[in-house]
Amino acid sequence: MPGTGRRSTLSDSQTVVDTSVHAHGHNPALLHHFSDEQQQRDSASLGMWIFLATEVMFFGGLFCAYLIYRLWYFGDFAAASQSLNWKLGGTNTIVLICSSLTVVFAVYAAQHGKRTMLLASLVLTLIFGFAFLGIKAVEYAEKFEKHHVPGASFSFIATVPGHPDLMANPRHAEIYFALYFIMTGLHALHMIIGIGIFVWLLWIAWKGRLTPQYNTPMEIGGLYWHFVDIVWIYLFPLLYLIDLHK
Amino acid sequence: MSEHSSSSLTSYVGIWALLIVGTILTVVAAHIDMGPFNAAVALTIASVKALLVALFFMHIKGAHERLLKLVVISTVFFLIILLALSMADYGTRYWS
Amino acid sequence: MSTALAQPVERENYLNKHYGVGSWLFTTDHKRIALLYLISITFFFFIGGFFALLIRLELLTPAGDLVQADTYNKLFTMHGMVMVFFFLIPSIPAVLGNFLVPMMIGAKDLAFPRINLLSWYLYVIGGVMMLHCMLTGGVDTGWTFYAPFSTEYTNTKIVEAGLAIFVAGFSSILTGLNFIVTIHRMRAPGMTWSRLPLFIWAHYATSIIQILGTPVIAITIVLVAAERTLHLGIFDPKLGGDPLLFQHLFWFYSHPAVYIMILPSMGVVSEVIACFARKRIFGYSFVAISSIAIAVFGFLVWAHHMFVAGISVYAALIFSLLSYSVAVPSAVKVFNWTATLYKGSIHYDAPMLYAFGFLGLFTIGGLTGLFLAALGINVHVTDTYFVVAHFHYIMVGGALMGYLGGMHFWWPKISGRLYPEGWARLAALIVFVGFNLTFFPQFVLGYLGMPRRYYDYSHMPEFQVLNVLSTAGATILGIGYLLPMIYFLWSMRYGKPAPDNPWNAAGLEWQTQSPPTTFNFDQEPVVTWEAYNYDEIDAGHREEVHVVG
Repeated sequence: MPGTGRRSTLSDSQTVVDTSVHAHGHNPALLHHFSDEQQQRDSASLGMWIFLATEVMFFGGLFCAYLIYRLWYFGDFAAASQSLNWKLGGTNTIVLICSSLTVVFAVYAAQHGKRTMLLASLVLTLIFGFAFLGIKAVEYAEKFEKHHVPGASFSFIATVPGHPDLMANPRHAEIYFALYFIMTGLHALHMIIGIGIFVWLLWIAWKGRLTPQYNTPMEIGGLYWHFVDIVWIYLFPLLYLIDLHK
Repeated sequence: MSEHSSSSLTSYVGIWALLIVGTILTVVAAHIDMGPFNAAVALTIASVKALLVALFFMHIKGAHERLLKLVVISTVFFLIILLALSMADYGTRYWS
Repeated sequence: MSTALAQPVERENYLNKHYGVGSWLFTTDHKRIALLYLISITFFFFIGGFFALLIRLELLTPAGDLVQADTYNKLFTMHGMVMVFFFLIPSIPAVLGNFLVPMMIGAKDLAFPRINLLSWYLYVIGGVMMLHCMLTGGVDTGWTFYAPFSTEYTNTKIVEAGLAIFVAGFSSILTGLNFIVTIHRMRAPGMTWSRLPLFIWAHYATSIIQILGTPVIAITIVLVAAERTLHLGIFDPKLGGDPLLFQHLFWFYSHPAVYIMILPSMGVVSEVIACFARKRIFGYSFVAISSIAIAVFGFLVWAHHMFVAGISVYAALIFSLLSYSVAVPSAVKVFNWTATLYKGSIHYDAPMLYAFGFLGLFTIGGLTGLFLAALGINVHVTDTYFVVAHFHYIMVGGALMGYLGGMHFWWPKISGRLYPEGWARLAALIVFVGFNLTFFPQFVLGYLGMPRRYYDYSHMPEFQVLNVLSTAGATILGIGYLLPMIYFLWSMRYGKPAPDNPWNAAGLEWQTQSPPTTFNFDQEPVVTWEAYNYDEIDAGHREEVHVVG
């Protein structure tokens, strides 16, 4: 019946019927307040999607700030951006895209009961995740050495790309770096949480608790990971690739 | 959650390949002078990539309900509202 | 219909099923969590109210003679922060919503009961952080903590207060998430969208706002904390930043937040008016769609708080126009409620008195919002008591009246006891009189030019009379609030045991026991009737679900 929250074969003219059939021997993972596994699975999925919606708005505020200052201080932002290593950033983008592939493989494996494929995919995902963080750490260390970290020891001396006689305004560059660190830092924090989630997934997969009948944690963990990938897909061109042709 | 056949594994790899190509394209395009369109091109490619991940890796394409699409579209809509209406101020502040 | 009266032996229900502190602190029962919230938010209401009392005492005389200027700044700041973030935003959703949403749709619990409990713990943690902040010096920026004062110049505990609000914000987000998933996934068979009580539509709309808006203030708080501790320049004009960016980000949430505060109240009013006029809500689908429309339009108008802050005049025009549009769905609701009363069979029980109060006071508050949306008037009355009066009419005259009305309406269901009706009607009257005496003079004060957030108005001593009236009203209002607290508590011990449906009201929640059992229904109900089918009910043709007995 379209529009009802639950599938029901009853028509509108029927009245009270006992529909709380509790199948004996039902999946032990079925929680008591749900009527059946499909409802539980659909609820978990919708819940994760709505959580991701909140994350989009959370990062969205930062994108709003970035948008405004990039328009105001385009030249200074371009100069600051070009002090980043786009090759490392690009590598990280590829790393995350590969990790998303291993995640969908893991979900597939869980749905089809392929234990080896599941464990291997999860391990690979974690490797990619750590690789991302490792490259990020290298980048941050470089920024620290060059005194591009906002704060008391901040210093930025560069020309505006395309205008070799014009120095970039260090105060505006500092805003760029503040946003760079907050945005990539928040993203890295989400990566760390994602790695934590996937370590847990690896653990329960090892224990055999992900089966074709019940693999909801894998599915919604995967959704979270893909979201973190999508944020980076936007962060990379916005932060690393300003006016590279100049 | 509908079952996926092994042909879907191949299609996942195909999407992955598209994403890699998109990344390469983004970097190449950034090195070409397109004037004011560089940002637009970069964001367009990024959006296509994001859409591929959302539709195929996050399985929106196969979802039997429109609800998930509604959640995604609404969220993007309100994000755009934040950006666009802020720009209504910032874009016009120095007109008078 | 089951009208079981006082039983010699108390039936098993969610209150007596398990005893002990642990059974409450580790519960996943949405009804117990609702009561946990009830206690917590009432506690913060007292705190916020205490600050209000001190504010009004200071304003009795033109001179700043009760407290110092800095202290006064802290008083109105903490009053605002506590009342907004720790009372009003949770109030109806966390107490009445948590209790009733599953029951109204025929479910055993919310979709994520453990996340529900987590929500409460996050609220408590945020509350404790805020308490600590207040006890160790507090904040003096106004609840709006504008940059650059909050990021640079003040030396009060901004970061701590901000983090407290951040944590409480997550409580709000998780509640909203839980409600949306529950309403989509856990409706009983036959409970189609067009049969849902309007209380559910209202909470669905509220949840949309909580999901999409709260994260933006969360990131704003992060930016303020970062700027303050690391001396960045994001909002600092000396370093190239823009203080208005803070305001844009802040109000992008905080304007929709006011709809978080009013929409649930509107849901309560729909339920109460239908029951005590014994009629279907006129224009049900209009009221339902208007709830969603308020949520959506509410996101489009935030810069009307910034008309005089320095935004471009073209943006101001756009936001002014959009602000007029957001009044339309609210007005649609008021017209529909009024039309429901027409030729209804009106009963003047306490919940209905609060609903009447809501209708009048929300209308005044809403109309004065339109005055404020007009650019010319806005320039004149911004940052005066006119604005203060406007939002108190909506939040106290509107939201709080709805909350009190709802607490009275569902008290028999929640507690299994009847409150004393005579005292309740008296309290409602006292609240109404006290409220108007407190806040109507403030419209006049604001129009005449008294600025808000001033502890000393000795250069305008002619304002004293109106201020004295306002403080007198506040005292009466305080008494009006104390009375229900006293008799609700009294009723838990000495009140008459409540029948399962004392109001003969429509709605699945009334077809459960009073108080309900832990899982609400012993069989999943199947719904075949429209909402508010009072004509059928009063003619005795009510379709019933099996009641646990």
